[in-house]
Amino acid sequence: MSNDAPSIIDPTAAPAPSRGRAPTPGRRPSTRVYWLYLLPGGIALTVVIIVPFAMNLWYSLHKWKGGLAPMRWIGFDNYVDLMSDDAFWRSFQNSLWMIVAMVIVPTLVGIVLAAVLFDVVGKNIGTRTASFLRAVYYLPQILPIAVAGIVWNWIFNAETGALNEILRSLGVTDPPNWLGVPGLALPAVMIVLVWIQIGYPTVIFMSALQRVDPELYEAAEIDGAGWYRRFRAITIPQIRPETFVITLTCTIAALKVFAPIYVLTRGGPEGSTLVPSYYTFLNFFDKSKIGYGAAVATVLTFVIIVVAVVIQSLQARAERREEEGR
Amino acid sequence: MTTATTGATGAPARPDTPRVVGRTRDRHHRGAWRWVILALCIVFAIGMIAPFLLMVMNAFKSPASYSSGGPLQLPTELYTEGLVKFWNATNFPVKLWNSIWTSALAALFGVLLSLLTAFAIGVGRIRGRMWIVLVFLLANMLPQEVLLYPLYTMAQQVGLNNSGWAIVIIFAVIQCAFGTYLLASVLGTFPKALLEAAALDGATTWRILWQVVYPIVRPTLSVLLIFFFIWTWNEFFIPLVMLTTPDSQTVPIALASLQGDRMLDVPTLNAGALLSLLPTLVFFLIFQRTLTRGVTAGAVK
Repeated sequence: MSNDAPSIIDPTAAPAPSRGRAPTPGRRPSTRVYWLYLLPGGIALTVVIIVPFAMNLWYSLHKWKGGLAPMRWIGFDNYVDLMSDDAFWRSFQNSLWMIVAMVIVPTLVGIVLAAVLFDVVGKNIGTRTASFLRAVYYLPQILPIAVAGIVWNWIFNAETGALNEILRSLGVTDPPNWLGVPGLALPAVMIVLVWIQIGYPTVIFMSALQRVDPELYEAAEIDGAGWYRRFRAITIPQIRPETFVITLTCTIAALKVFAPIYVLTRGGPEGSTLVPSYYTFLNFFDKSKIGYGAAVATVLTFVIIVVAVVIQSLQARAERREEEGR
Repeated sequence: MTTATTGATGAPARPDTPRVVGRTRDRHHRGAWRWVILALCIVFAIGMIAPFLLMVMNAFKSPASYSSGGPLQLPTELYTEGLVKFWNATNFPVKLWNSIWTSALAALFGVLLSLLTAFAIGVGRIRGRMWIVLVFLLANMLPQEVLLYPLYTMAQQVGLNNSGWAIVIIFAVIQCAFGTYLLASVLGTFPKALLEAAALDGATTWRILWQVVYPIVRPTLSVLLIFFFIWTWNEFFIPLVMLTTPDSQTVPIALASLQGDRMLDVPTLNAGALLSLLPTLVFFLIFQRTLTRGVTAGAVK
């Protein structure tokens, strides 16, 4: 922003004492008025997020079938049971695969795509072509997950699916049931997630590249650095802030993932694609184990917050190291 | 957006004439390469839109021609029965209207709440604002599962279960948690001189908000509005649980609930998917520029 300068010289700070205490008519009103503006958002947040969160914690300490059934206090038994629950551990293990599919692969592919679109296509062919391609890569991001799920579900369908129809026409006699076999369902789900996710890092990295000072590249080019060396030495370090933001937001999204699992596999077959959020859902509405489901949800929240704090502090440390290095 | 940077790098280092031979060869070399890379990019793009293409191609094919010709054959006739079947089976106009009004109101209230809260934090600089921002940030990270069952019982108690208003209220607040976090940092850098000038003129905080702050942050607010609309529109988990009868359901839920249907044939399925994605696609095409700018705004804090 071009108007940054006045904010550094804080006008409220220095001259205030000389004016004395008496509020003159033209003075800025005291900050107490501003609490009124916090009120609607504060109340809404309390009612819709903070209170439900507390209630969920409360539920997780009970054995409860939901609705009008009696709630029985069992302390931390639900959490103790979780520790020996194979499905619970399986769901978090699958979360790691979700991170591979929603964070690691899309970020790596996104960096390369963004660099290629920006450096090669944007500069040598035209920015319009580059933005068109960018829009195409971003397309899966905007469509409702239910639509993505239902289309991919059809593509992977064993009998009428597009993939198997194509395979059959190529002469494969017995194409697999992609979403119905434990060993194949997870990779199939991961392919869909990669497809959905790729556009997000690509768009963000492309805008990050626009921010990088072109003189850095020119200097490196004059020094004889090739494209790959410039990419390693300039691009990667320069777009580190965006990389952290993407890692953080996508990791949280990967831990929370629900809709693609619901639409594609419902956690099956044999729990091979079970994730924590779907396991919570199962406990709430299928098994009527509200307290147990609430405990799973609480653990998931805890994991998300820990992961977020770890990523944030890694970023802070990286920034500090960079400042010291200079 | 891109013009400024490309202009500067388009013709690098002209003056060094001695190396002009090597340079032209390099350019020539690069000239061939760039088409290879473009071709790769296009192949990748085709891969990305392949599911869309498959969907469009098979939405207008009769079930008979699908089973005889397969998914890759271009439709020979324009079969619209699938579209009609989906439209009638889901009572599509009702779903569409449910999605439109809940998403629009949730987005509007979400932006309004974000603006008020962020005004208190960023401009009012109320005491303990760091903690307040932290609370909003944490609220933003909570998985919806942790709120789901309590919200479900609360909605039942106040008679909002199976009502679009539950969706409006819940998502207005969930989006506001993100909006506050983003807007508070934007308003934190708001030019003090403008605020001072307004205060000297005797403007109340209410007038400062609407006549000084609002006009300046309006572009950011419109990006937020579009984002909140699309996010609420695409929302799946909470609407799936809250909206139990067909007359209250939104488009994504209607589509997903068709899935278990054994009678569902391939053209109907694809026509349904196509119809369900059209509103977001139109919305995306209209606001493409604003949106990609918005993604950026969110990234660089």
